[in-house]
Amino acid sequence: MGARQEDAARMSEMAIEVDGLIKEFGSFRALDGLDLHVRRGEVHGFLGPNGSGKSTTIRVLLGMLRHDGGSVRLLGGDPWDDAVELHRRLAYVPGDVNLWPKLTGGEIIDLLGRLRGDLDEDRRRDLVERFELDPTKKARTYSKGNRQKVGLVAALASRTELLVLDEPTSGLDPLMESVFQDCIKEARHEGRTVLLSSHILAEVEALCERVSIIRSGRTVESGTLDDLRRTSHTSVSVRTEREVDLSGFDGVREVRTEHGHLRFEVDNARLSAALDVLTDGGVLSLTCSPPTLEELFLRHYDEPGHVPAGAADSTDTAS
Amino acid sequence: MSRPSHHAGTFGLVLAGLRRDRVRIGMWVAGITAMVGVSAQSVQTLFPTQADLDAAAASSDNPAIVAFQGPAYGLDTVGGQVAFQIGAPGLVLVGLMALLQTGRLTRTEEEAGRLELVRSLPVGRHAPTLAAGILVGAMCAAVGLLTTLALVALDLPVAGSICFGLGYAAVGAVFMAITLVTAQISENPRVANGLAGLVLGASFILRAVGDAGENALSWLSPIGWSQQARPFADERWWPLLISFGVASVLLVVATKLEDHRDLGAGLLAPKAGPARAAPRLSSPFALALRLQRGSVAAWAGGTAALALVYGGLTSAIESFIDDNPQLEDFFTQSGGDVADITSSYLATSAQVTALIGSGYVIQSVLRLRSEETRERTEPVLATATSRWRYWLGHLTVAVGGALVVLVASGLVLGISAAAVMGDVSLVADGFAAVVAYFPAVLVMAGVPALTVGLFPKYAAAAWGLLLVTFVVSFFGTLLDLPGWVLAISPFDHVALVPVEQLSLGPVVALCVVAAVLFVVGAASYRRRDIPV
Repeated sequence: MGARQEDAARMSEMAIEVDGLIKEFGSFRALDGLDLHVRRGEVHGFLGPNGSGKSTTIRVLLGMLRHDGGSVRLLGGDPWDDAVELHRRLAYVPGDVNLWPKLTGGEIIDLLGRLRGDLDEDRRRDLVERFELDPTKKARTYSKGNRQKVGLVAALASRTELLVLDEPTSGLDPLMESVFQDCIKEARHEGRTVLLSSHILAEVEALCERVSIIRSGRTVESGTLDDLRRTSHTSVSVRTEREVDLSGFDGVREVRTEHGHLRFEVDNARLSAALDVLTDGGVLSLTCSPPTLEELFLRHYDEPGHVPAGAADSTDTAS
Repeated sequence: MSRPSHHAGTFGLVLAGLRRDRVRIGMWVAGITAMVGVSAQSVQTLFPTQADLDAAAASSDNPAIVAFQGPAYGLDTVGGQVAFQIGAPGLVLVGLMALLQTGRLTRTEEEAGRLELVRSLPVGRHAPTLAAGILVGAMCAAVGLLTTLALVALDLPVAGSICFGLGYAAVGAVFMAITLVTAQISENPRVANGLAGLVLGASFILRAVGDAGENALSWLSPIGWSQQARPFADERWWPLLISFGVASVLLVVATKLEDHRDLGAGLLAPKAGPARAAPRLSSPFALALRLQRGSVAAWAGGTAALALVYGGLTSAIESFIDDNPQLEDFFTQSGGDVADITSSYLATSAQVTALIGSGYVIQSVLRLRSEETRERTEPVLATATSRWRYWLGHLTVAVGGALVVLVASGLVLGISAAAVMGDVSLVADGFAAVVAYFPAVLVMAGVPALTVGLFPKYAAAAWGLLLVTFVVSFFGTLLDLPGWVLAISPFDHVALVPVEQLSLGPVVALCVVAAVLFVVGAASYRRRDIPV
């Protein structure tokens, strides 16, 4: 009884709970023990290079693919067994929205809304206007960006508690990108949960409280952006009275001198120790900057000992 | 025509197409050559003496058979029998080969957006069209050459063999050129191929009417031109010049049309549609119906047109018997009566109709797979739509559409036969003859349902069943195929209504087989990854 209550409490807090997820395509392991935890009401960024397994994870969450190991819970249910019930409570936008060429955009929005059983007329009208979509055109004649808009309007016009978005803004112009960001902010205000897979780091930085970064089917980093920055490193640019030698100093990387400034990167855990050394040298000027998301992101792919990028590229079909 | 730069890169595209489709092309060419070679061998075995040939000539030369096979020339020679027995269906197959391969290399590539990538290279505007023309032209030439060699190798006269082979190449060239033109007209590859298919169907019908009624309509048909060259019976070569002439003109027309349109667009501008979906467009079934209603109408219309012609020709058969009293004696003496000729004619017509209906049902079920590979399944299954309902929606439209095709063409066949014969009972006969194939068509739907569920990557292999059925139906006795091959064809288990009585056993057996295929297909579709 107590355990069940505890479970229920945890369930109500978590919209998506993925632990040790494994998915194999033949002999190729697309997901290799992936973890993903998305709390209810949060906008969660889902990052990773091409072929790292983002779309595969999302397809498992949607009950399209069966998983070979690990556990997956979506809105408290099993994505494969409870697919239909769960799909009433979520809306999905694929990275490449493919539409029936002879149906119009308007027809497709209505059709998908009705099949979901959830289409808010006011929202539909509002979104068609905001995204400047012509709903009378046959899908065959839509550009990539306009196809994407059809997918976005169809999903955002719902009142579902969860939005699953797989690179939803690919092909959108900057104006529409900002409309999209407004929509997601509104969704967050309404308390909806959003899983946002994206390559546009500015978008993730603007929208997401927490992010998970995956690589080769495994989660390499997960937490709030602040957490990630804290556990990461700081870029330091400093001018000192006396020359300071930091090469070989524990936790310090990429030491170089540019225009009389000593520049280096230091693990945040060793920041204080490094500053002590600098202070001994007599600090004239000092700039510390936290890493950008881009730096955080790129760091995981530059690290030695990882599978080379080429191996991940070949898995494109799996993602 | 146009400046040479518009042809830049043609050769490279020919090689690329050959590289990509080498297996497909090889199978078409080898398959048609084998069919001709084996048929010729079989004719030699079936009619070893001149007396056998004379007897065959006497029994074959009647409008009922001529309507399906073509004009009767040189039937008392081995070569003439070969040309007659393979006949129009063989030429349709060559036309179909050219049509499908041309469509695949042109409009399908263009709609998929791959042509845009190709054209961004130093490749001329007409290069893709010309490359398709050259590649498919070479394919037709290979069919012509190899069939000629096969016939010569079997000791048939050289001139006749060349005339036969050229006839095959000619009909292929015409349909290649026709498809190049239709590919310019519509931006939708299905419509482009459908228009060319319509011409192919019309060609078959025109020459059926012309040949059976011995009038000039055959001269409007590309299939007719190849047959009017009369291989193995005082060959005349000029009808083949019509074919090659028309093909050349159409090729020029295609490039001219291509000058007047944008990449990706057709000559027919797409119209705007409704901003809101009709209220009934709210289920997977409604979606499948919406996607396929045009195709059902086209297949039903085409099949009904064929049935109308076949039904209408029934009177030609009767008047033929009236003109040949000795033939009537022949039939009554051998235990039948004249009505049997009409009946077996109706039965054969029904078989052709049902075969076309099977073509519809297979492509319709395979829509499940093409929707998946085009990533249109996922958005639907991501809504509150179960896989089972999605599958059922598509299958209902496929099977229901097939029933529409069969009922429409059955009624038209019966009514038109009854009208020209003044015999109301033929309405029921014609209708029953066609609808009797429904259980077999269910099996035809079951096989792609099974492959889509169980072997999705090879789902298109289901077309093989139609090919086997086609070969068994038209060339089964000619090729002297073993019993187990005949048994693969679901049609082989259907009673030839109205010649034979419909019996319950085979009907139940076919339905059970179909049910098993559906159940296994649906169960594996529900359990597998989507998309794969």
